[in-house]
Amino acid sequence: MTEIDVNKTDPYFARDIMNQPGGEKIWACFSCRTCTASCPIAAINHTFNPARIIRMALYGLKQDILRSDFIWFCSNCYACQERCPQGVRITDIMTLLKNMAIQGGYMPSGIKSQMDIIKGEGRIYPIDDFDNKKRAKAGLPPLPTSCEVVKALFS
Amino acid sequence: MTYALFLGCTIPARSRNYELSARKVAQQLGIELVDMNDFVCCGFPLKSADMDAAERMAAYNLSLAQKQNLDICALCSSCTSALAETAHHLSQDDGRRALVNEQLSKVGAVYQGDIRVRHFARILLEEVGAERIRSHLHKDLSDLTIAVHYGCHYLKPSAVHNHFDDVEDPRSLDTLIGLTGAKVIDYPGRRNCCGGPLLPVEEALAASVSKEKLDAVKEAGADAICLVCPFCAVMYDGNQKSIESQYGVEYGLPVLYLTQLLGVAMGFDRKELGLNMNVVKTKALLKRYFE
Repeated sequence: MTEIDVNKTDPYFARDIMNQPGGEKIWACFSCRTCTASCPIAAINHTFNPARIIRMALYGLKQDILRSDFIWFCSNCYACQERCPQGVRITDIMTLLKNMAIQGGYMPSGIKSQMDIIKGEGRIYPIDDFDNKKRAKAGLPPLPTSCEVVKALFS
Repeated sequence: MTYALFLGCTIPARSRNYELSARKVAQQLGIELVDMNDFVCCGFPLKSADMDAAERMAAYNLSLAQKQNLDICALCSSCTSALAETAHHLSQDDGRRALVNEQLSKVGAVYQGDIRVRHFARILLEEVGAERIRSHLHKDLSDLTIAVHYGCHYLKPSAVHNHFDDVEDPRSLDTLIGLTGAKVIDYPGRRNCCGGPLLPVEEALAASVSKEKLDAVKEAGADAICLVCPFCAVMYDGNQKSIESQYGVEYGLPVLYLTQLLGVAMGFDRKELGLNMNVVKTKALLKRYFE
């Protein structure tokens, strides 16, 4: 990373994270790096480093985080969060950052299509008549092939 | 012992072997699983895009279970975790529950906040109990050497699962598998993630996470992997062939659901347990138990 330009930082970024559920304890991070040492993704891909992301957030490097590819590499496994000696909910903060990235217009296409399917169909793998035929053949009960309630839930 | 059965999305469409074997095992042990056709996605896959929407979906499912006055039994670890997390948050925070209920009122639903969510394996251990399970096992599987994959959301975040097992040294599945007589072996990275949630982001990274574990399990000399989540099964069973061809390696490592393994020991036949639907063939490994 290049030198930090303070004019491009957002001094309110960490506060914005702190004010959302899961982000409350971000200030408690004392940079011990237990999170990075515990991370199965960091172990094989060095562009992903949870301790670094928390530090960047505290420095207000909002755009560098939200426009990055790396925040999407968190697999949501909670290894870091379970071990954080300061009780920082690191995995939940990664989820918050992804949500904030999307609100800012950055979203991997795979995540977008998953969201569109669920909000439209109520499930990631919608059930069709063919699925129900296969289920019947295996002796399993049929499932609904459409879902009206999600459309109302997200209207 | 009656539960609302939460199947989720992946199991009924892609992991019917899990569904079949879980229903058989439940029936054998006297666990009544009530089918709930109105359940929608648990919300987990929406979390990274829209946490509020994910919570709303989870809360809607909880409200349906509450209407029937039933606690929830889920087979998928991510469904268990997403629903348990929402139940946990909404039971502690009246303000948050009121906000969610405002949204649920659009579909005439309301969640009061006292539904318990349990993974099927946890119910086996805590509510059925080892002794009762053992009394239903008729075949000795002591010839099998098993590597257990706990995955992540079966145990974590531990606060929403009432810390029921030790996340740093989990043993609940070892105990259940051990009842069949099968030998459970340790291997490096036993607690690690399968990489599944990275599939919609970067397939190659997801595959390299899975490969780490397949390498370690093979090296440790296991006959098969045993797991409790359909996402993990997609990575290790469904994608094993493609990982083999991407990396020029060969595993040929069968992947069994815990319910299939218990079902074999209970004496069910191959088809009843959906073993014919496992992608990596299990026939040679389990032949001796079906003769």
